Amino acid sequence: MKFRDEYRDSRAAQVLARAIARTVTRPWTLMEVCGGQTHAIVRFGIDRLLPPEITLVHGPGCPVCVTPVEYVDRAITIAEYPDVILCSYGDMLRVPGSHGDLLAAKSRGADVRAVYSPLDALSLARANPQREVVFFAVGFETTAPANAMAAYQARQDGLANFSMLVSHVLVPPAMRSILDAPDSRIQAFLAAGHVCTVMGYEEYLPIAAHYRVPIVVTGFEPLDILEGVYRCVRQLENGQAEVENPYSRVVRRSGNPTALRIMKEVFRVIPRRWRGIGDIADSGLGLAPAYAAFDAERRFGAVTVDTEPTGECISGLVLKGLCKPTDCPAFGTRCTPDRPLGVTMVSSEGACAAYYRYRGKPARPS
Amino acid sequence: MCLAIPGRLLSLSGEDPLMRVGRVDFGGIVKQVHLAYVPGAKPGDHVLVHVGFAISVLDEAEAMRVFAHLREIGELEEWEARREIP
Ligand code: SF4
Repeated sequence: MKFRDEYRDSRAAQVLARAIARTVTRPWTLMEVCGGQTHAIVRFGIDRLLPPEITLVHGPGCPVCVTPVEYVDRAITIAEYPDVILCSYGDMLRVPGSHGDLLAAKSRGADVRAVYSPLDALSLARANPQREVVFFAVGFETTAPANAMAAYQARQDGLANFSMLVSHVLVPPAMRSILDAPDSRIQAFLAAGHVCTVMGYEEYLPIAAHYRVPIVVTGFEPLDILEGVYRCVRQLENGQAEVENPYSRVVRRSGNPTALRIMKEVFRVIPRRWRGIGDIADSGLGLAPAYAAFDAERRFGAVTVDTEPTGECISGLVLKGLCKPTDCPAFGTRCTPDRPLGVTMVSSEGACAAYYRYRGKPARPS
Repeated sequence: MCLAIPGRLLSLSGEDPLMRVGRVDFGGIVKQVHLAYVPGAKPGDHVLVHVGFAISVLDEAEAMRVFAHLREIGELEEWEARREIP
């Protein structure tokens, strides 16, 4: 495929890897923000191409992983109302709440469906006027324009039987929160390229300046990631802390103006709790007052249920970049994608699932 | 979740700019894609698609920059290798 295969060229990857090795003189710790990048790094073995001085830590960039447990519980409660069709992106259906996941609710008789696009949920609402269709809207800025368009069209059409349970999260506040943590060891960021496709990268300029961290807007193919690492390392070695955008084939400085306009119309910025991380100010999106009629939490009442299941899962530390999946004693033994103990093993973009899929079970200690 | 895939826009339809849809070819698989967020897109353009929406038009000139940079560092590499020969 054009604009994909050429960015997987292994010879070019070697050139970049050698350039990185020539540039680096001491240890540096970089975080890739997005779960899609984590996936590509593990899948293509990019971390193994890098010199030992460079540590890539995996960030919180999987919206499925950070959706708070109470929202999963709310979705399950709503799904169990008799006339409701609850739909969401496929991965969301397997995320454990306090008492099971949406698929378990489905097997108990709830009408739970996976959709590819939020507009599929709208079509379901149009086709089933006697039912309540609820879309469990999760995602980062990348997905927000699509989810916003579902609400926008529902309002335009006066679609009375459609609502959204919104648990949207924003990336830059999470990056700040990671950098604010006293035990943070992150010295540079590979910023999530597709988030920037929508938002642009101007909001990173104050972060780079305030925390003195290089931030490089990075794509998802091996060459994109290596280029991102190369630019981070070059800045770190030169004592710079700037925002660079080598992913310029899709990311423009001010993002996507039409998408931003619809997002601004439909959503407003609110505080949000991140699973495994905690509350982060101004880090989420909720429906704007003009769209309150489409808010499932209003329509069905906000359901609050008890707390996060604990146990040996360390996914909170994995999401903050403090541990690798392989540091977890349950990884690959008591916790596998078939029997996940934590969210980062459930979501196909979770770091634990990526390690399990591409690195297999942990080597038995000899 | 933020997975987005490039494909080639074959054709488009719809008058209302916020309702425009197009047929996009992803290496042989053709799907309908919403074009509300790429008002300037025209047939032949490559668009980046996420959950059924095009969110960006790929810029061909910018796409070459990584390779130009690679050539630069590749050449530098050769030059350095030559320099190391006594
Ligand atoms: S391997 Fe399983 S138990 Fe361990 S941190 Fe990952 S999700 Fe949690």
